[in-house]
Amino acid sequence: MTPRLVRVLLWGGLAFLWLPVVLLVGYAFSASSVPFRWGGFSLRWFAALAANDRLLEAAWLSLRVAAGSATLAVLLGGATGWVLARHGAFAGRSLLGTLAGAPLVLPEVVTGLSLLLLFVALEGATGWPAGRGALTVLLAHATLGTAYVAVIVQSRLATRDRDLEEAAQDLGATPAAAFATVTLPLMAPALAAGWLLAFTLSLDDVVLASFTSGPSGTTLPVALFSMLRLGMTPEVNALATLLLAAAALTLGLVGLLLRGRD
Amino acid sequence: MRVALRLVPGLWLALLVAAPLALVFVLAVSWQSNGVPPYDPPWAGQGTNPDNLRLLLEDPYYRASLAQSFVVAALTAGLCLLLAAPMGIAIARAGRWRNALLAAVLLPFWTGFLIRIGAWIGLLRDEGWINAVLRGLGLTQDAIPLLYTHGAMLLGMVYAYLPFAVLPVFAAATRLDPVLEEAAADLGATPGHAFLTVTLPQLFPALAAAFLLVFIPAAGEYVIPELLGPPDATLVGRVLFQEFFQNRDWPVASALALALLALLTGPILLFQRLGRAQ
Amino acid sequence: MKPRLTLRGLTRRFGNVAALDGVSLDVPPGEFLALLGGSGSGKSTLLRVIAGFETPDAGTVQLDGTDLLGVPPHRRPVNMMFQSYALFPHMSVASNIAYGLKREGLPRAEVAARVAQAIAVLRLEGMEARKPHALSGGQRQRVALARALVKRPRLLLLDEPLGALDANLRERTGFELRAIQRESGAAFIMVTHDQAEALALADRVAVMDHGRIVQAGPPREVYDRPSTRFVATFLGAANVLDGTRTADGALDCPGAACTLRAEAPLPEGGTAVALRPERIRLATEPGENTAAGTVEESAFRGESSLLLVRLSGGATLRVSHAEEDGAPPPRGAAVRLAWDRDDVVPLLP
Repeated sequence: MTPRLVRVLLWGGLAFLWLPVVLLVGYAFSASSVPFRWGGFSLRWFAALAANDRLLEAAWLSLRVAAGSATLAVLLGGATGWVLARHGAFAGRSLLGTLAGAPLVLPEVVTGLSLLLLFVALEGATGWPAGRGALTVLLAHATLGTAYVAVIVQSRLATRDRDLEEAAQDLGATPAAAFATVTLPLMAPALAAGWLLAFTLSLDDVVLASFTSGPSGTTLPVALFSMLRLGMTPEVNALATLLLAAAALTLGLVGLLLRGRD
Repeated sequence: MRVALRLVPGLWLALLVAAPLALVFVLAVSWQSNGVPPYDPPWAGQGTNPDNLRLLLEDPYYRASLAQSFVVAALTAGLCLLLAAPMGIAIARAGRWRNALLAAVLLPFWTGFLIRIGAWIGLLRDEGWINAVLRGLGLTQDAIPLLYTHGAMLLGMVYAYLPFAVLPVFAAATRLDPVLEEAAADLGATPGHAFLTVTLPQLFPALAAAFLLVFIPAAGEYVIPELLGPPDATLVGRVLFQEFFQNRDWPVASALALALLALLTGPILLFQRLGRAQ
Repeated sequence: MKPRLTLRGLTRRFGNVAALDGVSLDVPPGEFLALLGGSGSGKSTLLRVIAGFETPDAGTVQLDGTDLLGVPPHRRPVNMMFQSYALFPHMSVASNIAYGLKREGLPRAEVAARVAQAIAVLRLEGMEARKPHALSGGQRQRVALARALVKRPRLLLLDEPLGALDANLRERTGFELRAIQRESGAAFIMVTHDQAEALALADRVAVMDHGRIVQAGPPREVYDRPSTRFVATFLGAANVLDGTRTADGALDCPGAACTLRAEAPLPEGGTAVALRPERIRLATEPGENTAAGTVEESAFRGESSLLLVRLSGGATLRVSHAEEDGAPPPRGAAVRLAWDRDDVVPLLP
């Protein structure tokens, strides 16, 4: 009993979301040097992309920063989510929960500015981190990623009874063994999803990276951003097509992996 | 052992979330200087500096910037909701198509935010696809300026944030009991009436959460106004960047961050309460 | 016989609420004990104290004379079957059952042999490779039981073991549980809120209320001779009649407009007696232990009918009328009720 207007709006909304993406992919194969003008089929923009060292360098740096920050976020966010879900009530729990969730609700400009201020103050006081670059961007992205992972892990554990860990201990598992054989496998899907999300967030971020990167830390989004300020180029179409293909592939793989699980 | 395990996330969060925010407070009452870093903290001898915060209250430029940000964020969130509410509900009721439709909403998200905004640049500019279509249809001779307008900025914001608004509505709509609408029909309500009087009211908390989920980040948005908006769309995110990077006035930038945070405290607390209630 | 489990003075408070209030109990080896009580009576807390998941504020827990309280749960030779079953969702049936044996570091071959044996005993053949979500409720229950039993615990704790099963399965599984308990020789402590389950399965029933054991004994004894008003009404919903004690130890009950006399005189200070609905019969002649009343409601229950009879003194008695005694009196009929001295159970003040 869904009113027709609701269904019309669904398809309208989907068309709105997909229109730029579809055009982007289609025109990536156009020979014209004006984006979104058809000039016959050509792969020249993919070739141009492959020759754009600045963009490729930024992409390579972005991938490393994203992988590093996502991994750090999974370790710290996993620990945070587990502590929040399984340590019961302890002194400082609500403070920990508030701090863990803060990056989710703070505007990016505030988080970015505050992290830069921290890195500058730290360097002034201790000499570390020496200047800003890939490392500081990685730490900034890990901070944001940690918050997301913590929320995902906490809610995943909250849906699973503590009974499971108690049953493991009842059957003779030490607390550490119960964690390794029961809790960790339960957390695994959340950790994987959290890693992917943190990775994506890092690959998409302009604001945090603008604040915390120095001249040596230009990530792909920052490079793209300065390109787009001057207008759109067909190379970006080609890049978008590649990214979309990679995303669809990843999603398909994840879907296959998750199939057959609970 | 367990206490030590709590310390790891505790210390990380203290260093990378609590300490940075505390520094924003310190900077907001510091003095701009020509040194490196370009500020003198209150304990450097000059005491606290009230001028940065006073400037925000007195200078109409900053006041207008904060006000404009809130208007744009509210418009963005409202428009997102108009689309997201029917989309979330329809997807939740799509039966075996549910997962495919949800993926269709989320997949564009993975092309990268900047690239999708870039696509709109290509579509909206004078020689762009939309103007070409309009000319092709004979609706216009000269290009209509679309890019770098308030409309383009709003369009980009709605486009970027729409998937975030769909998710909470979808999640809440899947938890609705379809029997309730049947009960309403049994008691004489038409489908439309049942939807308005039974289904929508149950979704209010989710709709409010979706609105805030868009409103809060949109209020501090920097990239979209910069890429799609007109120069006079001086939203607070843009002004903050300008103060920080062009004017190297870190204290005023921090004061702006603080002002934005203060204005968003209410919406943030409300959002977290809605989250806990669900 | 030396007790397997000895509890002395166990007390556990949550804030102002005493979940356990001085619980003392002995459980001999091989006994099947049921802890019976409503929600919040403390029965689950008691089970968790024995398993090691709660620490009592006071009291001792001994297993075969050895103190258990200093021992962490994973080293206690006690196993528990959880109410939710707590089957590990990411492991197969066989891995779930083998889990505890692997933690003991037993050789692979022995683990396999004991798992196979447990699978045979609990009729889980063919299910070894399945994940818990692919099992029926009854199968999950048997996996949970197998997983705990395969450890050969000296004491097995069962938290509402039949609670998640439907009525048909419950009866059959109950018989199986008894058989397994007899064969294993372990002491079983079962927590349940279902009195029928407790009476049917256990060698001994301990009724809990407000963190205390109010009565413990063989099922028949607890049922026939409830010691307090709580036990009388909780088990089998007996009628409780209030009144004043006469000089010769009977109960003068104005509500029933009669005097109730038990085999033995009421204890000093006693003001109430219990009367089971199925022990009340219809009579024709007035006499000792009879009362007159009117049938207010009558409900057919298969092998019997339940009558609500309002006595001339104003009290209402629940009377179970067996079908084999003929048709029950219709609604509105005037009846005379009678019972034996044996069936009048004096309650503790």
